[in-house]
Amino acid sequence: MLVKMTINGEKHEADVEPRLLLVHLIREVFRLTGTHIGCDTTHCGACTVLLDGRAVKSCTVFAVQANDRTLMTVEGLEQNGVLHPLQQGFVAEHGLQCGYCTPGMLMTSYAFLAKHKAPTEDDIRHAISGNLCRCTGYVNIVKAVQHAATAIAQGGS
Amino acid sequence: MAPRTSAEVGGMGHSVKRKEDPRFIRGKGTYVDDVQLPGMLYLDIVRSPYAHAKIVKIHTETALAVPGVLAVITGEDLAKYGLHWMPTLMSDTQMVLPVEKVMYQAQEVAAVLATSRYSAADGAAAVQVDYDPLPVVVDPHQALAPGAPVLRTDKKDKKDNHIWHWEWGDRAATDRTFAEADHVVKQDIYIPRIHVASIETCGCIAHFDKVDGKLTVWMTTQAPHAIRTVFALVAGHVGLEEHKIRIISPDIGGGFGGKVPVYPGYVIAVAASVLTGKPVKWVEDRMENLQADSFARDYHISAELAAKKDGTLTAIRIKTIADHGYTDAAANPSKFPAGLFHVCTGSYDLKAAHVEVDGAYTNKPPGGIAYRCSFRVTEAVHTIERMTDIMAHQLGMDPAELRMKNFVKPENFPYRSALGWEYDSGDYAGALRLAMDRIGYADLRREQAEKRARGELMGIGISSFTEIVGAGPSKHFDILGIKMFDSCEIRIHPTGKAIARFGTKSQGQGHETTYAQILAEELGIPAKDIQVEEGDTDTAPYGLGTYASRSTPVAGAAAAVAARKIQDKARKIAAYLLECAPDDLVWEPGKFSVKGAPDRAKTIQEIAFAAYTNHPQGMEAGLEAVSYYDPPNLTYPFGSYICVVDIDKGTGEVKIRRFVAIDDCGNIINPMIVEGQVHGGLTMGLAPALFEEISYDESGNVQGGSFIDYLLPTAVETPKWETGNTVTPSPHHPLGAKGIGESATVGAPAAIANAVVDALWHLGVRHIDIPITPAKVWKLLRDRGVTD
Repeated sequence: MLVKMTINGEKHEADVEPRLLLVHLIREVFRLTGTHIGCDTTHCGACTVLLDGRAVKSCTVFAVQANDRTLMTVEGLEQNGVLHPLQQGFVAEHGLQCGYCTPGMLMTSYAFLAKHKAPTEDDIRHAISGNLCRCTGYVNIVKAVQHAATAIAQGGS
Repeated sequence: MAPRTSAEVGGMGHSVKRKEDPRFIRGKGTYVDDVQLPGMLYLDIVRSPYAHAKIVKIHTETALAVPGVLAVITGEDLAKYGLHWMPTLMSDTQMVLPVEKVMYQAQEVAAVLATSRYSAADGAAAVQVDYDPLPVVVDPHQALAPGAPVLRTDKKDKKDNHIWHWEWGDRAATDRTFAEADHVVKQDIYIPRIHVASIETCGCIAHFDKVDGKLTVWMTTQAPHAIRTVFALVAGHVGLEEHKIRIISPDIGGGFGGKVPVYPGYVIAVAASVLTGKPVKWVEDRMENLQADSFARDYHISAELAAKKDGTLTAIRIKTIADHGYTDAAANPSKFPAGLFHVCTGSYDLKAAHVEVDGAYTNKPPGGIAYRCSFRVTEAVHTIERMTDIMAHQLGMDPAELRMKNFVKPENFPYRSALGWEYDSGDYAGALRLAMDRIGYADLRREQAEKRARGELMGIGISSFTEIVGAGPSKHFDILGIKMFDSCEIRIHPTGKAIARFGTKSQGQGHETTYAQILAEELGIPAKDIQVEEGDTDTAPYGLGTYASRSTPVAGAAAAVAARKIQDKARKIAAYLLECAPDDLVWEPGKFSVKGAPDRAKTIQEIAFAAYTNHPQGMEAGLEAVSYYDPPNLTYPFGSYICVVDIDKGTGEVKIRRFVAIDDCGNIINPMIVEGQVHGGLTMGLAPALFEEISYDESGNVQGGSFIDYLLPTAVETPKWETGNTVTPSPHHPLGAKGIGESATVGAPAAIANAVVDALWHLGVRHIDIPITPAKVWKLLRDRGVTD
């Protein structure tokens, strides 16, 4: 069946099997490969994207459920050549190593910061607890999100 | 050490931001599953529900009728080409696809080739297999007992499940020392099966071009060159010769040792591509990854430690059964079937030691690879650090005091251990003292005494570990006969920019950044002007890859040596340009100047340009060098960790209140990256200490084969690590560096386990096997009548 959606401000459409997972549509049909697959069972969060502004794990959403809706993936964070404060924060605080969980971490944190302007460390740790990272031990990811929260509060985005 | 170069140059000691990050934070990395080629086919694998069973018949008709399915590949198909078995890196044999029987649950039974990922999965679900179940052996003790069913019936004349016996050390001297000891403590310690569970699973795209006969494989591998050689050795007879094989290891989403072995899926994909002439993608899902890829640890240890009355530790004696599953598919240097387990004398000056290990086959997946640890070092460190703590408690000594008393002293380096290792450098007491100061050790002990009087359970645990990394000297270290050197090739371009290629392969460690920093340090060319490449066997020099914390000790050393060759040639060119003798020049990072006339100087960029435009007569043009570095010794990073835990008497939950980690990895290339490695390593030490285990029921059913019950720590369980360091350079490494990737994983579990036992010792608890789950602790508390 035909599905249409807006991803990162651009209109996309595709003819899909009803069972096609959203993550496969994004990666293999639309070729936005920044969204990763780490577990297929909603545990690791590497596939996190924003669906109408809400963070969802796209391995557990059917492509047809995104019909007529608006998505944002990691590729949509940078605007007009300017990195989002979260991207800047991850670089500044060494919040990534292998980079595989990073897109999911960024998208989860993006949705979280949209609603929490001055989060505590504990708030951030709970917010990203649905995203697994095997490299960083989370310390610097937490700092990166704090870095972004501060930058946004100071008018960074 | 204060940096010698400016921040602009970015040599050693600068926290240079990573060159890898711009692509990763934009989602522009290229991992294996991101590669999509025209006409690509997909492979999915049918796996066994049984842990041990004869294959009676594989029914493929229904699967072949699924739209998009092109073929079902079985062991019989591969047997026609002699490819149904393959060698492991330990010279054992492993099935690619079975012909007669399966040996563990989730073993590959057949593979379905289809035009899409979904068709391949449909096809795999439609393959029906008739099995005839066989007796299952999951316990290695039972496997080695007389009368146990012999599992490896493929091996002619094999009459038992014993793989090998290995022992090291002076047995008689050790027994004598034990006989003379005032105190002996004994403990059985089980270190369970765990899985690295990198967030990216394993996979490949094999593309055989029928016209030029060349096979290209994009592959999640930590050791692309070694893999190419293995492929050529295994499949040379079917026309895949080494110059016709190109392995590309693109961005890797975490490795930790799990991406060293060759898995059957890779081989089946290659075979399918060779037969069809089309690109074939195989990417395992998480459950396949956790259930079938190589495992770590699974060591059943019996240890004894001897001491004199005054607390002088004198000897250690260890017997171990190593459960390797159905084949020894570990990735140890071939001379050491138990890896470097004989570093088990740890940081202490023991006079005698003896260690024995027996490998056993069981009906489990291949085991024995690393979990972010260099060849069984975690098993060794956990043993000596647990035993030292037990001895301290037994003697009524403070565990810190006992350690201080027995450390190898700084003046005794290089130090030859009772088991023959030559430790290069160390200041163990310095690291422990700093850790104690940072955490406020004396105050914590006072607090613990007060709390204990009130019935509260608080524990303090120490681990003062010695690592052994940087394999390795060619005299002792090889994999399948290939010596464990590593390499760097540098080309300086005419405008003074550079490209450097290495035989290693980063999986998140930041090699593109740190290697550039080493070259910046040695040549004065800014790190930002140096492009680093790894992972393509057609372009990179041969090397053994990245695991066991060997990249900085071996390839990092190769970078320094190659850069110094370039510096030597640059000196001659500079002398020619400045019309002086080479010996009249002094080097500072980035330029040569004439002694006593600092204004007369040539920068490395000017020299590079001259190398292509105005080089001396009789000298070859260009500015390039290569080094294949054979380390003279291993390096021995070390550290002291202190962990404080509070135990919930209602639930048995262990809460880590504080964790201070002092590491010493010699001279530091990038402090930011080193700290990041320690954070990650600590978290992979926490994981098996408290959460992770993959066990099997008596029928061989895997428990813990998905993220539902294999618990990776999240940001909530992970404490806020407190890190610090001391610097004791390696005397033999060209940069004085040692390697840091795995220290924390090696050292952390014992600190946590020691803290928990410290909290419970007064209740009569002597040891708890990791993972220390709330259920285990709660049962101990209940048995002693102290649950809330």
